[in-house]
Amino acid sequence: MLRLENVSFKVEAEGSILEIIDNVSLEVPDGEFVVITGPNGGGKSTLARLIMGIEKPTGGKIYYNDVDITDLSVTERAKLGIGYAFQQPPRFKGLTVRRLLSLAAGSELPVDECCGYLTSVGLCSKDYLNREMDYSLSGGEAKRIEIATLMARKLGLAIFDEPEAGIDLWSFSMLVESFKAMSKGSHKSVIIISHQERIMQLADKMIVIADGHVRDSGTKDEIFPRLMGEFNENCGFRGKEG
Amino acid sequence: MERIDSQLLESVADLHEVPAGAYNIRKNGEGFARQSTANIEIVSKTDKPGIDIIVAPGTKNESIHIPVIITEAGVNDLVYNDFYIGEDADVLIVAGCGIHNSGDEKSQHDGIHTFHIGKNARIKYVEKHYGQGDGKGERILNPVTYVEQDEGSVCEMEMVQIKGVDSSVRDTKAHLAAGAKLIVTERLLTHGNQYVRSDMDVYLDGEDASSQIISRSVAKDNSKQIFHPNAIGNAKCRAHVQCDSIIMDDATVSSIPAITANSADAQIVHEAAIGRINNDQLIKLMTFGMNEEEAEEVIIQGFLK
Repeated sequence: MLRLENVSFKVEAEGSILEIIDNVSLEVPDGEFVVITGPNGGGKSTLARLIMGIEKPTGGKIYYNDVDITDLSVTERAKLGIGYAFQQPPRFKGLTVRRLLSLAAGSELPVDECCGYLTSVGLCSKDYLNREMDYSLSGGEAKRIEIATLMARKLGLAIFDEPEAGIDLWSFSMLVESFKAMSKGSHKSVIIISHQERIMQLADKMIVIADGHVRDSGTKDEIFPRLMGEFNENCGFRGKEG
Repeated sequence: MERIDSQLLESVADLHEVPAGAYNIRKNGEGFARQSTANIEIVSKTDKPGIDIIVAPGTKNESIHIPVIITEAGVNDLVYNDFYIGEDADVLIVAGCGIHNSGDEKSQHDGIHTFHIGKNARIKYVEKHYGQGDGKGERILNPVTYVEQDEGSVCEMEMVQIKGVDSSVRDTKAHLAAGAKLIVTERLLTHGNQYVRSDMDVYLDGEDASSQIISRSVAKDNSKQIFHPNAIGNAKCRAHVQCDSIIMDDATVSSIPAITANSADAQIVHEAAIGRINNDQLIKLMTFGMNEEEAEEVIIQGFLK
């Protein structure tokens, strides 16, 4: 179980203090599939990076399985079973997709297993195993490989930052199926930052983050209608039409 | 063979024992062991130190190993190796120099290699440089390589210097006739106060000659690297020069790729990049449970592979 207690993250920019995350408390119980959504610039990605340890909170505590991990490094959190898929995955010259998946798994992976992970993110595996994870891959391809690196790990908590971004419609259906399978067991808990309705439909729990705060949280049946309603109210054009 | 000898041979030529095929092993400035085969003749030069390696036309799938090892301090070895590759031959040549210097005087090996590659012949040349030993004596390697490629020949050169060489000035010149192809891959890692300079001039003289020059390097600590490859198109030809370096600590890297066209039909491209290891790359690997040093090592190894 992941627990955030009054977590804040402030940065100083041009002489003034910006509160990216302001006093956020939330819980992700074991086995839950949580979708975090909300407007761009609201602090969702920062929250994910705080959980992985890429950024350190300026206030509050983060607990994982009742252990205070607030001051643990990325490496230490990874060893505890937390994983993170980048919104914009880094590229590596000379590192093949197979090697990257093996590094993720912690041991040299057999071809079949690599192919399995690649297929589940919609890539034809034999074309990709020996490709380098460099800029010869398109954004969508790199993104899917990034997601596959999390599938190659057995995680207690898997965090995906906008996995759908840059992925075509055909591969997206495949991806939704993979996340659905993931929600049924391969990782204990999953946090996905997403704006996609079809991903939200998989959620056990939804959290709406805006202006660095938790604006709303609950089951998808509670949150989803409220989100849509809010959109209609805020959008003058739609309001008039409706 | 002594332990240090076999260690050095393994590092520079992947040799665990005496190789199959033709070979010449040079140790501390003198011939140590040699074997010719029916198609590959190795003979000593009479006018200067070194050997001629003569590969008969049509020789296929044979290998030639010519490693050099230096295990003493104060050795200053200059050697001329001339390769004559017959038409239509296809051979693998493994060279390389390993220096173990535990003394305080410098040890130096300057290998001057000339390749005459016959019509439609094909060679793969692998050269590794390696230094070890805890003495204060410097380990210096200054290789000079001349390549003359006849029509339709293919030459693939892989030059690697990963560890322990204090100073190295490399000079490479190649002339390509019509339809000849040259692929050079240079991989380098320098650390401490090491210095490397590599100058390379590739002349594409004949129609449809082509060349690809790839240099990948990592510079650590206070080391210094200078690359200056130049592709010169004298006819309708194609060439691509690529220099890519990772810079760390207080190192200095200077990349000066040059391209020259003396024909309107020459198509020559160069690209060069120098940069540190990107923070996101490190973090990505740390999310797999590696610490920062392990992540750095994986990135460097992949880059130089």
